[in-house]
Amino acid sequence: MTWAMLQEAWRAMGANRMRTFLTMLGMVIGVGAVVLMMAVGQGAQYRVNQSITSMGSNLFILLSGSTTAGGLRTGSGGVNTLTVADANAIAELPGVQAVAPLHPGGAQVVYGPNNWSTQVYGTTPDYLEVRSWPVAKGYAFSDSDVRSATRVALLGQTVAKNLFGDEDPVGKTIRIKQSPFTVVGILAVKGQSLDGRDQDDTIMIPLTTAQRKVFGTQFQGAVRLVMIQAASQDVMPRVERSINELLRQRHHIREGADDDFTLRNLTALADSAAEMTRIMSLLLGAIASVSLVVGGIGIMNIMLVSVTERTREIGIRLAIGARQGNILLQFLLEALMISILGCLIGLLLGVGGAVLVNVITGMTVIISGSSVLVAFAVAGGIGIFFGYYPARKAARLDPIEALRYQ
Amino acid sequence: MAQAGQVIRVEHLYKAYVTPVGPFPVLKDVNLTVAAGEFVAVMGPSGSGKSTFMNILGCLDRASEGHYLLAGRSVEERSPDELAALRNRTIGFVFQGFNLLPRMSLQDNVALPLVYAGVELDERRRRARELLDRVGLGKYAESLPNRISGGQQQRVAIARALVNKPALILADEPTGNLDSHTSHEIMALFDELNSEGITIVLVTHEQDIAQHAKRQVRFLDGQIVHDGPTEVAA
Repeated sequence: MTWAMLQEAWRAMGANRMRTFLTMLGMVIGVGAVVLMMAVGQGAQYRVNQSITSMGSNLFILLSGSTTAGGLRTGSGGVNTLTVADANAIAELPGVQAVAPLHPGGAQVVYGPNNWSTQVYGTTPDYLEVRSWPVAKGYAFSDSDVRSATRVALLGQTVAKNLFGDEDPVGKTIRIKQSPFTVVGILAVKGQSLDGRDQDDTIMIPLTTAQRKVFGTQFQGAVRLVMIQAASQDVMPRVERSINELLRQRHHIREGADDDFTLRNLTALADSAAEMTRIMSLLLGAIASVSLVVGGIGIMNIMLVSVTERTREIGIRLAIGARQGNILLQFLLEALMISILGCLIGLLLGVGGAVLVNVITGMTVIISGSSVLVAFAVAGGIGIFFGYYPARKAARLDPIEALRYQ
Repeated sequence: MAQAGQVIRVEHLYKAYVTPVGPFPVLKDVNLTVAAGEFVAVMGPSGSGKSTFMNILGCLDRASEGHYLLAGRSVEERSPDELAALRNRTIGFVFQGFNLLPRMSLQDNVALPLVYAGVELDERRRRARELLDRVGLGKYAESLPNRISGGQQQRVAIARALVNKPALILADEPTGNLDSHTSHEIMALFDELNSEGITIVLVTHEQDIAQHAKRQVRFLDGQIVHDGPTEVAA
């Protein structure tokens, strides 16, 4: 019986091909738009998540704070109030996984005829762990390099390309602010940060080398910032509190006085960025869904016309023994078939459009199984929802009235 | 109350249509009993209520008052689905305008009542084919209705009416759209079916068509004014 009804639905659709096609078009465009928007939205979300992962997980950044000198207040990091000793103390706190003090500065670097201005980070090997940043070639400098302040450098990909071109930099000597450094390794590609900076445009050298031989410090062991990685997301609030307490105590800050440091939760920032993209992709999907609803109304419209046109046919069917349920099912199946078929075509177009967007703009697009499933479920739902009223109208026709209809 | 062998038993049947100026009576106290195997012609001028009467007999319409027993069972209290089942299995309809579905092959048209009876595809095909052969149109089984003549379409409609082996065939002016030669061919088919024991009630206003029936019932102004055996024309 169901098979016979499906055949009939198919036949009815074929009887007026142009009309069926145009009705379907609403569904096609709706589903296509939803699939495409979801693909773009999920692609953006994926990119943001990538950036978050590249930043490292469960991170705090500790900046030296401002001071007031003669009524003039400096900004964050305006003076160096943090030291390596602070960093070491923080490393001892429970829940802290790794700590990397940083002493950065801008510098002109030279290799042979090439030169390049970049950010030079004096740090410890822990920094690579905190940022989950592997070495692509050569090796990282070690704690003993930090202890003895050796002149070794790790190059970011951008720096390596600009100074060396196709040449292999490992083992070569570059000059940072006139001092010679041996390149011991190349960092893996990291890509853009959340705020769009090129993270590969960097050089890393041992912290002590930066402090003593390149940038100098205001006092012994001063660092500009410290990166801290918590053991897990759950312990982050506790770690944040204990770092605050520890530093206030170490810096002898009186009750009620301002901190001379700033502690920021980077993961929270990243999470809010991720949340924003999620909302954006939801919004895109919601806007596209409007066209689905419009498509559904188109189906309802045409089904109503179809019921009127086929009043006599309905009368005949009722006269030879069709129950109301049979007629209802017949028209519902027809509406469902139009919407599901439209959904299939829309899916193909949406996927095609997403691929095209990817090829033309290079944007990341992701078509997930769940979005395909959702598209089908929504199309089915729309078919039933908007098909039900016309189908019920058909089923409730009075057989005699219907038979008399010309 | 019902007696064995009675296909139709109608008692004190009233039917009034609701109009803006009040109820308009169409049938007034109609009583009729049709036994199994009878061939009854219902006659009367237009507006006499015979079509309304046929619609009630065919379970397409309900009476305002009175009783109608079909094959010994009361029809009044049946649900719409039960009425549909009666139309499907107990009654076969033949209309003046043939009423075949234009987009379906003749075979599918004949098999359509079987779809609603829940019969399997193979069995549907077999029975539809058998009946098309019987009315002499087996070779057109795959054609659409508009490829054949009116007389042939009416034969297909009769085949469709027969497909669920009904006890009763109701025909409303089945020859109204046909020329006299074709009409008599169709009536010969009805004669044959009746001789096989199928009860036939047929509406017509043509005397020579009514001659095929064994009994004639005449309506006038919503009442039966004549009921008796067909007088053989001189």
